Amino acid sequence: MKYAFYPGCVARGGAPELYDSALAVMARLGIEHVELTKAACTGAGVLQEKNLKMGDILNVRTFALAEQMGLPIMVLCSTCQGVMSQANHRVKKDPEYLAEINEHLAPEGLEYKGTTSVKHLLWGLIEDIGLDKLKKTFTRELTGMNMAPFYGCYMVRPSDALEFPAYPQRETSIEDLIESVGGSVTDFAGKTACCGFPILFINQANSMKMVANHTGTAKDLGADAMVTPCPLCHLNLDGYQPKARKQVRGDKADLPVIHVPQLIGLAMGMSEKELGLQKHIVSTKEIVRKAEAAPAKS
Amino acid sequence: MTDATANTMKVKLKIKRFDPAESGGKTWWQDYEVDVHPDSTVLDSLIEVREQNDGTLALRCACRASICGSCGMKVNGSAKLVCKTRVVDVAPNGEQLTIEPMGNQHVVRDLVVSLDTFFSQINRVEPYLQPSFVPESGEYTASNESMENLLTGMNCIMCGCCVSDCTVLEVDANFIGPAALAKAWRFTEDPRDSKRDERLKNLNDEDGGMWDCTRCMKCVEVCPKGVAPMDRIMELREAAIEAGNTNTSGYHHTESFYNSVKKHGRLDETRLAIDSAGWTNIPRLLDLAPIGIAAMRKGKLPPVFPHKAEDNKKVKDLYERVEDAD
Repeated sequence: MKYAFYPGCVARGGAPELYDSALAVMARLGIEHVELTKAACTGAGVLQEKNLKMGDILNVRTFALAEQMGLPIMVLCSTCQGVMSQANHRVKKDPEYLAEINEHLAPEGLEYKGTTSVKHLLWGLIEDIGLDKLKKTFTRELTGMNMAPFYGCYMVRPSDALEFPAYPQRETSIEDLIESVGGSVTDFAGKTACCGFPILFINQANSMKMVANHTGTAKDLGADAMVTPCPLCHLNLDGYQPKARKQVRGDKADLPVIHVPQLIGLAMGMSEKELGLQKHIVSTKEIVRKAEAAPAKS
Repeated sequence: MTDATANTMKVKLKIKRFDPAESGGKTWWQDYEVDVHPDSTVLDSLIEVREQNDGTLALRCACRASICGSCGMKVNGSAKLVCKTRVVDVAPNGEQLTIEPMGNQHVVRDLVVSLDTFFSQINRVEPYLQPSFVPESGEYTASNESMENLLTGMNCIMCGCCVSDCTVLEVDANFIGPAALAKAWRFTEDPRDSKRDERLKNLNDEDGGMWDCTRCMKCVEVCPKGVAPMDRIMELREAAIEAGNTNTSGYHHTESFYNSVKKHGRLDETRLAIDSAGWTNIPRLLDLAPIGIAAMRKGKLPPVFPHKAEDNKKVKDLYERVEDAD
């Protein structure tokens, strides 16, 4: 498989371990990629509050760049996935709107015909590579590791723009991945709720309650770690967990929040450093120890 | 199991019960199994339970045609009008259905919630038309086009599903909530209303107003009538900014984001954090510092000089073309 690779701002900024671990895992799987270096930020739904059309234009420009390369887009961030899917959904169902946007892109020599698909690494691995093939690259069986999925918002809603009717397995993609590495799923109701990141600078008290509730509940249910496809959820659930847990629950941050490629990398036998697990705010030492002690895969 | 040729199908239900008569209220889960017609809705199944198995089960319904908004409750964790939900769509292989009362609202008994919270939120936005004059004809007229624009918001049947699943209300009862904000939008967009600026300013300024929404889209997903409350909240924010309300962290956050992408083609995360806190807001900036230092020690502080998109001048030119056209 070959993708037009769109890592997103956060994987190149506040969560560099996501970028590094994704590239390491993709290399191991032989996934080819060309990075979309000219593409702009998706707007993350924030820019859209001021100007929805500007957001759609920026995203359609990115789709056109990938279309010229004849490649599907791969993203690492569920917010990128959600915002791009919504923009793609809007222009595909409204040819007049797409024509209006294309007029703005014409001076740059770009035109979007509506053929680009956008897939998060998580979806790409399951739908394009397949869990069976993925499992063949694993060297460890992560039995005895309990992991709580945390989808957040943008990869589950709105379900029509995310094509859930055509791809129903997307609804359980993190659970399926956790099971494929040999781990156990710690299910909890908050897995598709908001992590609190979007209101971090607007209503921090509410944001901290969300962080403390999600990480505290998953820990109480026996999770060793939380797995998320969203670097923004990671920034809040990991970076602000010490403050949130102290402020809201009066306890300590004790739940590592790992990225999707880090989980896969652990099953592939990669080291803590290769996956950037030492860069987390909440210590990942215990899960690294458990992974290293896990039985070799037969 | 569903069988198109069969006259009945089995429905397995796990229902959350609540009896306020017991001291302090008693909550428990109870399992039921009923035989209903294969085309049945979840409501049909619940009525069957009440009529054939257990007359003590309390639930509320009226029109059975998704118009009255009485039968909102949680099916497998998300709010739905059960009269509009067919069993085969939520349990295609005969799976057990989990039924609970709506969230974020006071449970009266079993599946019945009080709508007091809902209507106190709605009342906060003065949910009625406030024109500035009485026309000579005695009739307020509005163009078809302006009314068509209001259709999404006017579809609200006040069922409370959006309030039930709102992730902000889960942690903050002071948030005005998605239904009230969608209702407010309906009046700010009505050409006959004279309080547009005042409504926008109030919802912009007040604690628990338009900027407290996290954009989680749960309300969009669960609304049975296509109101898409969060989309309406985004339109309120856009309108509030256009009307000159620039005093919130939400505004600074949005503005900083917009300008960062214009300038670099990418997001400048460090700048976004400082802009949102406010450059002169010393307590907020000091509050950010420990997080920044912890991130730096782990080697994950966003770069001070942000990554730029290659040829980022082209993104800036595009911005200017679009801004000029508007």
